[in-house]
Amino acid sequence: MEYEPVIGLEVHAQLLTRSKMFCACSADYAGAPPNTHVCPVCLGMPGSLPVINQTAVESTILTALAFHCEIPEFAKFDRKNYHYPDLMKGYQISQYDLPLSVNGFVLIDDAGTIKRIGVRRVHLEEDTAKLFHVDGASLIDVNRAGVPLMEIVSEPDMRSVEQAHLYALKLRQILRYLGVSSGDMEKGAMRFEANISLRPKGSTALSPTRVEIKNLNSLRAMVHATEFEIARQTKLLQAGGTVEQETMGWDEARNATFTQRSKEDAHDYRYFPEPDLPRLQVSREWVAAIRARLPELPDEKRERLMREWGLSAYDAGVITAEKEIADYYDRTVQAGKARGADAKTIANWVTGELFRLMKDRNEEIGAVKIAPTQIPDLVALVNAGTLSNTIAKTVFEEMYASGRDARAIVEERGLAQISDRGALEGVVEQVLAENPKPVGDYLAGKVATAKFLVGQVMKATRGQANPALVNEIVILKLQAMKKA
Amino acid sequence: MELCRLTLHQARALLETGEISSAALTRAVLDRIDAVDARVQAYLTVVADRALEQARAADARWTEHRRKGGATPPLLGIPMALKDEICTRGVRTTAGSKILGNFVPPYDATVMEKLNAAGGILIGKTNQDEFAMGSSTENSRYFTTRNPWDLERVPGGSSGGSAAAVAADEALFALGTDTGGSVRQPAGLTNTVGLRPTYGRVSRYGVIAFASSLDQVGPITKDVRDAAIVLSVIAGHDPREATSVNRPVPDYASVLDVGAHVVAPLQGVRVGVPREYFIQGMQPGVEHAVREAIRVLESLGATTQEVTLPHTDYALPAYYLIAPAEASANLARYDGVKYGYRWGFDSAQPANEMWEVMRATRGDGFGAEVKRRIMLGTYALSAGYYDAYYLKAQKVRTLIKQDFDRAFDNVDVLVGPTSPSVAFKIGEKVDDPLQMYLADVFTLAQALAGIPAISIPCGFAENLPVGLQIMGRAFDEERVLRVAYAYERATEWHKRKPAV
Repeated sequence: MEYEPVIGLEVHAQLLTRSKMFCACSADYAGAPPNTHVCPVCLGMPGSLPVINQTAVESTILTALAFHCEIPEFAKFDRKNYHYPDLMKGYQISQYDLPLSVNGFVLIDDAGTIKRIGVRRVHLEEDTAKLFHVDGASLIDVNRAGVPLMEIVSEPDMRSVEQAHLYALKLRQILRYLGVSSGDMEKGAMRFEANISLRPKGSTALSPTRVEIKNLNSLRAMVHATEFEIARQTKLLQAGGTVEQETMGWDEARNATFTQRSKEDAHDYRYFPEPDLPRLQVSREWVAAIRARLPELPDEKRERLMREWGLSAYDAGVITAEKEIADYYDRTVQAGKARGADAKTIANWVTGELFRLMKDRNEEIGAVKIAPTQIPDLVALVNAGTLSNTIAKTVFEEMYASGRDARAIVEERGLAQISDRGALEGVVEQVLAENPKPVGDYLAGKVATAKFLVGQVMKATRGQANPALVNEIVILKLQAMKKA
Repeated sequence: MELCRLTLHQARALLETGEISSAALTRAVLDRIDAVDARVQAYLTVVADRALEQARAADARWTEHRRKGGATPPLLGIPMALKDEICTRGVRTTAGSKILGNFVPPYDATVMEKLNAAGGILIGKTNQDEFAMGSSTENSRYFTTRNPWDLERVPGGSSGGSAAAVAADEALFALGTDTGGSVRQPAGLTNTVGLRPTYGRVSRYGVIAFASSLDQVGPITKDVRDAAIVLSVIAGHDPREATSVNRPVPDYASVLDVGAHVVAPLQGVRVGVPREYFIQGMQPGVEHAVREAIRVLESLGATTQEVTLPHTDYALPAYYLIAPAEASANLARYDGVKYGYRWGFDSAQPANEMWEVMRATRGDGFGAEVKRRIMLGTYALSAGYYDAYYLKAQKVRTLIKQDFDRAFDNVDVLVGPTSPSVAFKIGEKVDDPLQMYLADVFTLAQALAGIPAISIPCGFAENLPVGLQIMGRAFDEERVLRVAYAYERATEWHKRKPAV
């Protein structure tokens, strides 16, 4: 029998707020010495009490709106009870039955087919501390404890690992567009849990047993764990076995899932309303004000680039993949309007040379020294005939390295294109005189050697000659010799 | 003049004129502790040197004030005691538990900050039932506090140490915490005044949590005026406490004098007497004292009427589901990992296995009653039982709140006994949790409803104090205090002192 995977994802994203979820400690703990971003509240000390971070609530609502969610008028926080040394209070403040948002969706493009993935809810909770196991001892860094954590729960709408991957990428892209999360998986800002079950292909029923894989700290881990688990379940079912409901972990080194808890050992989290926090009343005015802050989202932006500026689907896709690049491109196009540089040419520079150099040097767009106004200046020089495309690429590399203006580089290095017919005629004559063999071949009928001669002229002028003009002069001179 | 016997407001008047110094007053209180606390055992910790140093600093401010004039904070130079449930920076805070036996908070509770700013001088931390769970201080992991009126009897609880300290003149006033009567019941059993403010009136920040939706800090004082003065100091919105309410804090003491000095100060005040607060099994002497007190209120101009609070019987079961449920989570943080007691930490072969250490720390660090309530609460919140227990209890809580709302449609305050009996013998109820729980049967409903209530001395039964409970609408502490004050002015009970 053929089976179809049914996949749901829970995505945890740290929010980029200044302070933690329930105290005034800085949430920007990256690189800080252990236990320096702490206070009685996030340490869970006796008598300490939480206060809700308004920005975190607004970021969650903003995200939920980007996922087309409903925002109920009432939300509340609940206590999720379990013991673990990384959980300072012995419970996590989370949201249970009245989350900040419900019933949304995102669209993914699965090989040309647009698929809708339901977002069941987006809610807010607090991150835990981080444990380090060193020489048989466990050390706790509480800096991370209490950092706002947004949980995005999908419906079990994904039918392949690729769809899960696309969905995760799409979430990350949107979060970064909104500026609510760095989505930086290396720093643990985005983490995954996957729910996987199989069903006979063609069936529409959901399997009563599903396997949950926890602690997937990268996209790669999520993809590999999901692939592994689908294969494991398939093998099991095909051998006539049944899949047990259980919670699994992912062993990165062994590239395999392993059982953490069976159904019998499943945690009873004993959720109950957090009595230290009042219910949240989410007024419609507040939601409207947050909605007004929604920026242009990647899909809208991509369509606009194709519609307004005639970009190819591919170019529009790569430019909008990252918000920073999309913003960079937008600013460059704006600057180009006054300089006669069109959006399409700019897109070629960005997706071509700029991406190539960034990739070569392993740099992010934020580190690029070329200002958005500088690319249109370069385009203008090419349009004016001052630079050939080849030279322009050299200039671009120099701009990338130094951040200097194209014009300054061209002037300093004398790279302006030679379009002076008189000057070029002299060079051509010299090249023809120095290459009697190719000239003889041409005159004997092998017209292709003209190209070689043009190349020699370009070489003699270090590429600065206007290639079209050189070509014209070379042909004219050879024709004249032939007649003679 | 025995300085330790002064009330807060009497002491302040004398400090103001320079007749006494804070140093002398503080010394007198410390001497009193030396003289009687071996028998009363109200204090877990006494900070004598620190108190005397602060007293000298307060005297310097009084001297400057007398020279230059200007305002002085309301408690400047007044010695006070805090229940050990309230965090005090640099002073050990145990909550009466072994699990916090070595815990020295690096921060003050908001109420302590406010008392500090008001010039109060901390004398020490008072004994209590562990994590405020109990009605006798017998659940303290350290020792049982004695009732100054009869050292063989309990002072009530959980704030029994605070009540005993004030009753025995070992502090001019004290703070307690009241989750289901823990301020009012011990006040009633020790002939002191105990006020539970409206939920949200006083910040809970830094007050070690028992049941978050019920916990409130309240003063235990020698008279009603002192309670009003202290309430004005500790009340108010706290940006660190999300359930604290942002509304102005009146000068409660000045409210007392409005219309108090007339023949019928309670003219026009409608007093409700809930039928359900006079039950079978209630001690006859208690009922007699309370009925007499109601007649005094009538003589002061109040009109009285019987009212009904039909869900009163369900307060106890609802309370003993909600409070343990919240406690089961609130006490989860005590695992020996971060602070406080850790099992095996000092032994030659420290245990290594994490879960073993956590289990043993909790097993040894918590006493029997705390463990009982953690288990009750855990059960009430468990999957499959939540709806039947916790959720049902919350619905009952709403009904109890509605009982009060309806009653307050027709009356301004409600009065009844604070406890069904006078102070009981040490050991009498300690092995019977249900009997112990019944000691709080009249003080649970107000906590569930979040309304203010005060216990004031209203007589004696079998030579032991009886407390009168006066309850008011949420945030109507003024009226509760005014009725209490009118009664107090008309009677002498509060002036009686135990012979320790």
